[in-house]
Amino acid sequence: MYVSVKGGESAIANAHAWLAERRRGDAALPEITADQIAEQLGLAVERVMAEGACIDRDLAALALKQARGDSTEAAFLLRAYRNTLPRFGYAAPLDTAAMQVQRRISATYKDLPGGQVLGPSFDYTHRLLELDLAGRKGEPDPAPQADTGVTPMPRVTEMLAREGLMARDTATDAEPPDLTREGLRFPAIRALALQSMARGDEGFLLALGYSTQRGYGNAHPFVGEIRMGAVPVEFTPPELGFAIDIGDVVVTECQMVNQFAGNNETPPQFTRGYGLVPGQNERKAMAMSLVDRALRASELGEEITAPAQDAEFVLYHCDNVESTGFVEHLKLPHYVDFQSELEKLRGIRARWAADRGEKS
Amino acid sequence: MTNAPTSPDRTDRQIWMSVLARASAEALREHLADVPPLPAHRRLKGPDTGLVMLRGRAGGDGTAFNLMEATVTRCTVSMGEHMGHATVMGRDLAQAELAAAIDAALQNPELRDALMASVVEPLAASQDSARAETARKAEATRVNFFTMATMR
Repeated sequence: MYVSVKGGESAIANAHAWLAERRRGDAALPEITADQIAEQLGLAVERVMAEGACIDRDLAALALKQARGDSTEAAFLLRAYRNTLPRFGYAAPLDTAAMQVQRRISATYKDLPGGQVLGPSFDYTHRLLELDLAGRKGEPDPAPQADTGVTPMPRVTEMLAREGLMARDTATDAEPPDLTREGLRFPAIRALALQSMARGDEGFLLALGYSTQRGYGNAHPFVGEIRMGAVPVEFTPPELGFAIDIGDVVVTECQMVNQFAGNNETPPQFTRGYGLVPGQNERKAMAMSLVDRALRASELGEEITAPAQDAEFVLYHCDNVESTGFVEHLKLPHYVDFQSELEKLRGIRARWAADRGEKS
Repeated sequence: MTNAPTSPDRTDRQIWMSVLARASAEALREHLADVPPLPAHRRLKGPDTGLVMLRGRAGGDGTAFNLMEATVTRCTVSMGEHMGHATVMGRDLAQAELAAAIDAALQNPELRDALMASVVEPLAASQDSARAETARKAEATRVNFFTMATMR
């Protein structure tokens, strides 16, 4: 049995040329630039940054252009590029309490301190196609502005914690594990699960989060708070030995409030699920917070009955770059493997037929 | 956290480095045009691009976790007896080198006042005004719930 081990070079080159032509589309239309993608398809760019696990708007926009808008392919491109860069160090944990808030809502308190700020959201739109956006609509009216006072926005979870109704997340000084330096280990600690989900596939986390609401897992969630805005990034360059701001990053944070029945040591109280993602992405931040809470089942002594509570299931399958790699590797030549399968099946069938022949 | 840029006791140098990090190369060049040319600098390291791992905290205030990396560019220069440094988010080599050169020049007492007045302070003012504009837009979307008492 012979299998081809060489060849296809010119077919591949021609396929790539056709791909480039398809990517360009109708040459009578202007070519789109990465700048335009970064500015006008910003949420697609932010999804690529999240799943590519690399915050760089321009690179994510370029990746989307190169990938013809395929966000998983674009995330893969961004991961691959990221792997070529050296690591300079770790930033200080983002202080989301110091966020310059663009949006902040709560489903648990109407009149919470700091109030509710809607920000640039799709919520409250009618979800009707705006047909006049199809062409060039022109410049929109500038967004209205209103004078501001100083309005501190304390965390809803902290308000509950002060009353003793909410379990606090204990802060330790332990160096968190880093998924980019070591593989997943089980039982996974929460820090590893949060890192894994932050880069995880939005659709996968959304489905799992949804499953917890539908009864697969014991969830009774409330959105304590969602906030979105820019947070300073503080880093201590080794050359300096003191901290400086190196820029800002826009993130969305979700604090999901969940019931907890309590046990012998702990009275009934609320517990938190937490979601933090780059850019403006409430859907993913909320899904992540639902799954984070579900994954805390074993820590809280809850019975593990559902997929979203199973850390190995969730964390081994939430990375769409890994998932794509293993699913799509099935396209690679398996000629020899398959030949052996064929031989085996022919043998089994021959025995099967022989057995029938003898019996009849 | 001590000496954090966001804390009130941060040093002048921490403040100006944080302002320069948020300014584009174009904005830095534009403001440098208002002062005499900077003395020549020598590159000691970089400019080169790499990654910094950003972190969050579980629940916003709990145990730290690694969120994901961001691209950053750093540069270290010498200018006379002073060493300047910049680490900035993104991949703009020119921004990092300019910011490092300005950082070195700002450490020279003979140059500092002019650079503060023509470069750092105007950049800080425009960064503040951009933040204020965002805050005013957010404020315009604040929900003022009517209570039953006021509707009666």
